[in-house]
Amino acid sequence: MTAFLPLNRRHLLAGLGGAAALSLLPQVSFARTVGEQRFILIVLRGGMDGLAAVAPYADRDYAAVRGRLALPDPNAQGGVLDLDGFFGLNPALADIHPWYKEGQLLVAHAVATPYRDRSHFDAQDLLENGTVTPHGVASGWLNRALAQLGGDTGGRRLGLAVGQGVPLVLRGAAPIASWSPSPLKEADEDFLDRVAALYANDPLLANALKAGLDSASMADHALNTDADGAMDGAMMDGAAKPKTARLDPAQLGTATGRLLADANGPRVAVMDLQGWDTHAQQGTTAGRLAGALGNLSKVLVALRTSLGPAWRQTAVAVVTEFGRTARPNGTGGTDHGTATAAFLAGGAVQGGRVLANWPGLADGRLYQGRDLAPTQDLRAVMKGILRDHLGLDTGALDKAVFPGGGTPAAAHDLIRT
Amino acid sequence: MFPLPPDGPLKPPARKHRDADPGIGLFEDIRMTLQAAIATNRFGLGARPGDIAAAQSDPRGWLDAQLAQDPGLPPDLHGVEDSATRLAATYAARKEKDEEARKPLREALRAAYRDDAARRTRAAIATDAPLRERLVHFWSNHFTVSTSRPIVAAAVVPYENEAIRPHVTGRFADMLLAVTRHPVMLAYLDNAVSAGPDSMVGIRRQRGLNENLGRELLELHTLGVDGGYSQADVRELARILTGWSVAAERDRDTGTFLFRPNLHEPGDKILLGQRYSEDGMGEGLLALQRLARHPATARHVATKLARHFIADDPPPAVVAALEKSYRDSDGHLGEVTRTLLRQDAAWVPEARKVKTPTELVVSTGRALGGDIHPVADDGDTDMKAARAEPALRSLALLGQMPFAAPSPAGWPDQAADWVGPEAMVQRVDWALTVGEKLGDRIDPRQIADQVLGPFAGDATRQAVARAPSAAEGLALLISAPEFQRR
Repeated sequence: MTAFLPLNRRHLLAGLGGAAALSLLPQVSFARTVGEQRFILIVLRGGMDGLAAVAPYADRDYAAVRGRLALPDPNAQGGVLDLDGFFGLNPALADIHPWYKEGQLLVAHAVATPYRDRSHFDAQDLLENGTVTPHGVASGWLNRALAQLGGDTGGRRLGLAVGQGVPLVLRGAAPIASWSPSPLKEADEDFLDRVAALYANDPLLANALKAGLDSASMADHALNTDADGAMDGAMMDGAAKPKTARLDPAQLGTATGRLLADANGPRVAVMDLQGWDTHAQQGTTAGRLAGALGNLSKVLVALRTSLGPAWRQTAVAVVTEFGRTARPNGTGGTDHGTATAAFLAGGAVQGGRVLANWPGLADGRLYQGRDLAPTQDLRAVMKGILRDHLGLDTGALDKAVFPGGGTPAAAHDLIRT
Repeated sequence: MFPLPPDGPLKPPARKHRDADPGIGLFEDIRMTLQAAIATNRFGLGARPGDIAAAQSDPRGWLDAQLAQDPGLPPDLHGVEDSATRLAATYAARKEKDEEARKPLREALRAAYRDDAARRTRAAIATDAPLRERLVHFWSNHFTVSTSRPIVAAAVVPYENEAIRPHVTGRFADMLLAVTRHPVMLAYLDNAVSAGPDSMVGIRRQRGLNENLGRELLELHTLGVDGGYSQADVRELARILTGWSVAAERDRDTGTFLFRPNLHEPGDKILLGQRYSEDGMGEGLLALQRLARHPATARHVATKLARHFIADDPPPAVVAALEKSYRDSDGHLGEVTRTLLRQDAAWVPEARKVKTPTELVVSTGRALGGDIHPVADDGDTDMKAARAEPALRSLALLGQMPFAAPSPAGWPDQAADWVGPEAMVQRVDWALTVGEKLGDRIDPRQIADQVLGPFAGDATRQAVARAPSAAEGLALLISAPEFQRR
């Protein structure tokens, strides 16, 4: 018996006053809303160099603009992996290259949020809050989308943050779970009851504890039901009981995939990956950036494997706050820029394409003479997924999820029908 | 959730009434105790048994005294090597091409960081000047460097000792200069390798500008993101700072600051509308002085301090008062901190800030007389000792290893970033672990009295008293809102 308390922790409501009351609301529209579609958002924090991840190798200005950071073309040793005769994947993403041919990988290039300055922190805030103003609202677009999915979910938390906290994109009114590996011994029900009672007048701590306990029971269940042993290296006892608080990217991807694969698990997850702020010595097919891309590739492969049959109903979006300068800077890296690439992957994605209204890399074509120019709004891509994959209606998308001036129409045909 | 006094903010009591009316005297005693609990827990790093009593006669004076006198490097940090030594060792490890020979060098560097980080945590637990130590943590987070860049990972604590500690009650301009010319910052934000495109090296070796430090200096260190600078200003500051570098292995004094004229971009620059005539390193010195005096910097610093000490969303009047104090004192941080301590809003009994993991671990250590749980057996090597250091291990578990912030913005300073669902459960699980290790040696009711004093509400006192074991009583105390907040 692994442990312990899935049920106990899940049903620990007694002392959590206001928080508990919320989930006792009448259950409405539950059946309509909780489908089998999975959506995973991977946020690459630091600004991924889109021209290095997906190189427009056939652009006539590419080699000149990129200089020492230009990737060899597909026929050369260590060259990019061709996608469509114009764009090629960085070889560090080799493991997902076959997905493109299978129609399960789509690249959107020259995309950007509405943000046009170059602060990581404002850019990430805007990427996550879904408006046109950094720090404009304290909730995230994916949480608002979950709220649109419909009323009460019977206490079930459809959104999952992978990590100890909840990133802005998932913050808001809809209840969110979070999961991260913890080797600490778990407190038992009696103790938790006593703590919950102490939080009766502290809604912040009470709600967080309740959400955490829900998450824990969910994780216990999901991570216990799959017997393929993929997590054994990190997950002792077969449960959410790792030896260490640190998992490598593949292990995190596996855990996330398992949680989402579970029949009663979450349907939407957000993961962060770090290491994209490559100001110096970013390298080409090896080095700092290739290492980060390799981690991304490992996560994606682990997700696909661990989701199993649910991969067919899965869309993964990989986004970053901005791109980087088109030209290398003086130190073998790139500085903060504007447009970049985004990936969509998964069995539900209508892939095998690069979506781009390519702006070109000639001097006059670069944004402010330095960055890849934005020609697609990332919000259009996200709206297309939310509409066609999660079933949100257009009105809700415009009003509640991505409010703000100039919000672009949802992109079409991103999802298989 | 906390007992509210009858009339809002706790102003310093008027002592003259004390003798006149014993009833008022009693009331004043209660107020002083509350103030002492605030002084030790909100402005300090958590009360130790005895601290509230010691601060009670003059809580604000207890804090002021810490600002007035710099006790120097805490004893726990004696013996930490300097940054140049660590950087030189890092360079040597990088130069070693043989994998077998390189591995132990890298492990030694990692062990050095862990040992430093453990010492830094112990110093915070042990300090008699917790306000000062809190300011050290605050400012080194403001000027973050991070182990996420391996080149500086073994030198982060030395950086704090050298660039931050000496200046926390001095002038912001001095700290800004110490930080900006510190080799660890220059390496962390890539300025050490930035070359003017028209410098000697730029021309001969086709190297050029790196704008990382220029940008973060404006956005994070001085003006703030809305401080009114442009992309052009970022470039100009990067040009101004070319040449601010670090002595390499082949240079004398490896790992120390080195201005390299042959990296410096020649010619005039224009930053924030002001012209900087070609003056080598002098341009950067002048730019830093002006940035330190810029009104946007005053506002940025005031906002961050108020957010740290008072509330995630600080009262505008407090920010304005700190901003004014900064300007009036020409950026004297001791003065600005004293102004903070004179704000009524700083002394409201409601504890609005949720402790970060570091604050939680350190305050627990202080409450429990230094130990979080028994340390490893004697005879360990340094490295094992560092690994076994319970406080450090706790920080790793709770997600805040010293100097491991994921970005140059440093650790977040708002509850929303720390009180995630999983994080909250882990705090409670951690509290229970601590309780089980130490519960049989202490009386949690007594600890509640001594470290929370009047902050401990009836519900918490009862829960602690009625817990089935001392272990659970202690764990409840640590989990309680009164202890999780400050």
